[in-house]
Amino acid sequence: MNEANASPANAPHVPYFQDLERQAHAARLGMWVFLASELLLFAGLFALYASYRAHYPQAFGWGVEHNVRLLGTLNTAVLICSSYAVASSVHVLRQGRAKLAAALIAFTLASGVAFLVIKGYEYASHFREGVFPGGQGRFFLENPAPGLKLFYTLYFLMTGLHGIHVIVGMGVLTWLLVRILRGKVAPPFTHPLDIGAIYWHLIDVVWIFLWPIFYLTPGSS
Amino acid sequence: MSATSRPPIPFVSGPPKPTYANDEYSIRSWVLTTDHKRVGILFLVTTTLMLALGGTFAMILRLEHLTPDRTIVDALAYNRLFTLHGIVMVFLFLIPSIPAAFGNFLVPIMIGAKDVAFPRLNIASYYIYLLGAIVLLIAMQAGGLDTGWTFYTPYSVQTPAAVVPSLIGVFIVGWSSILTGLNFIVTIHTMRAKGLGWMRMPLFVWSIYGTSIIQVLATPVLGLTVALVALDHGLKWGLFDPARGGDPVLFQHLFWFYSHPAVYIMILPGMGVISEVVCTFCRKNPLSYKAIAYSSLGIAFVGFLTWGHHMFVAGLSTFDAGAFGILSMLVAVFSAIKVFTWVGTMYRGSIAFKTPLLYVFAFLFLFVFGGMTGVAVATTSLDVHWHDTYFVVAHFHFIMVGGSMTAFLAGLHYWFPKMTGKLYSERWGLLSASLVTAGFFVTFFPQFLLGNAGMPRRYYDYPPEYQTLHVISTVGSWVLALGLTITLTYLLWALKSGKRSGDNPWHSASYEWMTRSPPPKHNFDEEPVFPTDPYDYTETGGIAHHE
Repeated sequence: MNEANASPANAPHVPYFQDLERQAHAARLGMWVFLASELLLFAGLFALYASYRAHYPQAFGWGVEHNVRLLGTLNTAVLICSSYAVASSVHVLRQGRAKLAAALIAFTLASGVAFLVIKGYEYASHFREGVFPGGQGRFFLENPAPGLKLFYTLYFLMTGLHGIHVIVGMGVLTWLLVRILRGKVAPPFTHPLDIGAIYWHLIDVVWIFLWPIFYLTPGSS
Repeated sequence: MSATSRPPIPFVSGPPKPTYANDEYSIRSWVLTTDHKRVGILFLVTTTLMLALGGTFAMILRLEHLTPDRTIVDALAYNRLFTLHGIVMVFLFLIPSIPAAFGNFLVPIMIGAKDVAFPRLNIASYYIYLLGAIVLLIAMQAGGLDTGWTFYTPYSVQTPAAVVPSLIGVFIVGWSSILTGLNFIVTIHTMRAKGLGWMRMPLFVWSIYGTSIIQVLATPVLGLTVALVALDHGLKWGLFDPARGGDPVLFQHLFWFYSHPAVYIMILPGMGVISEVVCTFCRKNPLSYKAIAYSSLGIAFVGFLTWGHHMFVAGLSTFDAGAFGILSMLVAVFSAIKVFTWVGTMYRGSIAFKTPLLYVFAFLFLFVFGGMTGVAVATTSLDVHWHDTYFVVAHFHFIMVGGSMTAFLAGLHYWFPKMTGKLYSERWGLLSASLVTAGFFVTFFPQFLLGNAGMPRRYYDYPPEYQTLHVISTVGSWVLALGLTITLTYLLWALKSGKRSGDNPWHSASYEWMTRSPPPKHNFDEEPVFPTDPYDYTETGGIAHHE
């Protein structure tokens, strides 16, 4: 352990900042502001979902029932574990335990892969049934209710956009993993991992809201 | 800091040193720069080009309306031209102009920072804007977009025009706006000089802060909405297509959730410019600093709750329409607070009648027209009559051109010496400011009358009884264009052979004038200290320290 071998006050920092502490604060604030922006991006889709569910309550309830609750719940568990791992890696990296931090990030990345595999399996089974976005596929010939088409279009849009975020988050964490293993991100310069972890938590939090609206709330149909 | 311990300010001292503009001359040093001042100049040049482009489209549109039937272009070309005009002016000029050009150049200097918080993100934001602009312009030229800048469904989903590439362009430009806003929020929070509290920041910084919040929170919704329209158009997903169970009115909700706050992205920075110019040329502190600062935040907040006033005839319930109407009127309350504070600032001030201040007078006159008619169209019963007529066209041009562009010109003249170290010709400045203002008024005032008489917007033909007013409007547009052309000419001439301005030609007490003009690469030769308020014109105040 090489903890606190340099105080943040005189640690190397970008010259246009007063000190490293200020620089780290700016980086974290920047990520929070970015997350606010991301939240509004998803909010538009949630608004569409709410509006169309109010229009077509039965079709949406039926769609939720048709999704496999076990797979959605499994993915929730996977993401919560991954968030715990990435939060722990931030904690241990600040103590200077780079190897453990790297292992925890590797676990997070593995969870991301597991999430995508489960999600991909789900998508594949939808496609086999003839469920495609935009109400295309033979499933909708057998079940022509317009609400159902909109349900699955929104399902693919929202989980797809979330999936893209998972992939981007994994990219960010992979880059951080390499930087940590090379010793470029190490105390006192640990804030890059903070912002990567905050971003990963957003991915988790968005899923926590996707899970009930697509798997848990069949309604009273 | 107590008033008794004011050290003399040694900012401008020693032999002449290189400035941001002349320390390197290579093209590489400009296109790969991370200096916020150079990024600001890149934005200024590009957005001014877009103003010229959008203005050219507008001139052709006005020329077409010289006669009731075909004058110079056919109906389809007309539809494409008003789409081009709207998109170029909104997305490529008005939204990035003041925040990304003047904001980039001035905000870090005004808060005593060496740069913005994320300089590489800053130049990336410029290139994202440039890429989006190129994609947009090529798509619209090649595919002939005819939807109007509003992309209303279901037409935008069905038209054979190049909707998808155009929307991709809008989506890309949106990213630039988000990143610029993010950069400013973090910069203002974390990079203020020691001792510079929030309540001592120049008011321009407050207005950029309010604008940035809107950019960060509203733009993603636009990005999402245009992406969904692109999917509807390209892949027939049908989210907004009634033939597939979708609801086109939902598109309008999402679109205006961005596009109404976007009006405040365009006008708030302009209000910031006005606050700076009024204080400098009246040599007075603002009547109430807090009233101006907080009303900027008030507009940014209430602006998010007013989008429904674009949809009074789209089937909103009476209650919803009334609520949106009242919320919209709140914006007028905040705007009026600003207008009265500016006028109160002038009262008993020592007024120096220069070009930037003439633009402020023009702003106040035109903005009051735009604002008061805004209250009128926020009244649901009146709006049903005026909806989609030239009355609305005139209303928002009084805000966008009479407000934002006038403020842009005020700022351009006010900060021209700051950015270039040169003086423009005051005589030509006053002349062209008069031409621009008069030309604008003659162009757009008749449009109120046209709209009230029933002339619908975006129509190619019109009945002959409207011709007189259309002709007056078209002639006005020539005067406006002449004024702007003269402005561009003498500013370019001044850039090349203008007299040297010295560091503080306006004798302003505001912080951006505490350093050299043009500023050195890292803004200040020595660590800046701000012992006096930015509007302190007392005998022992800022000016006494600056000079």
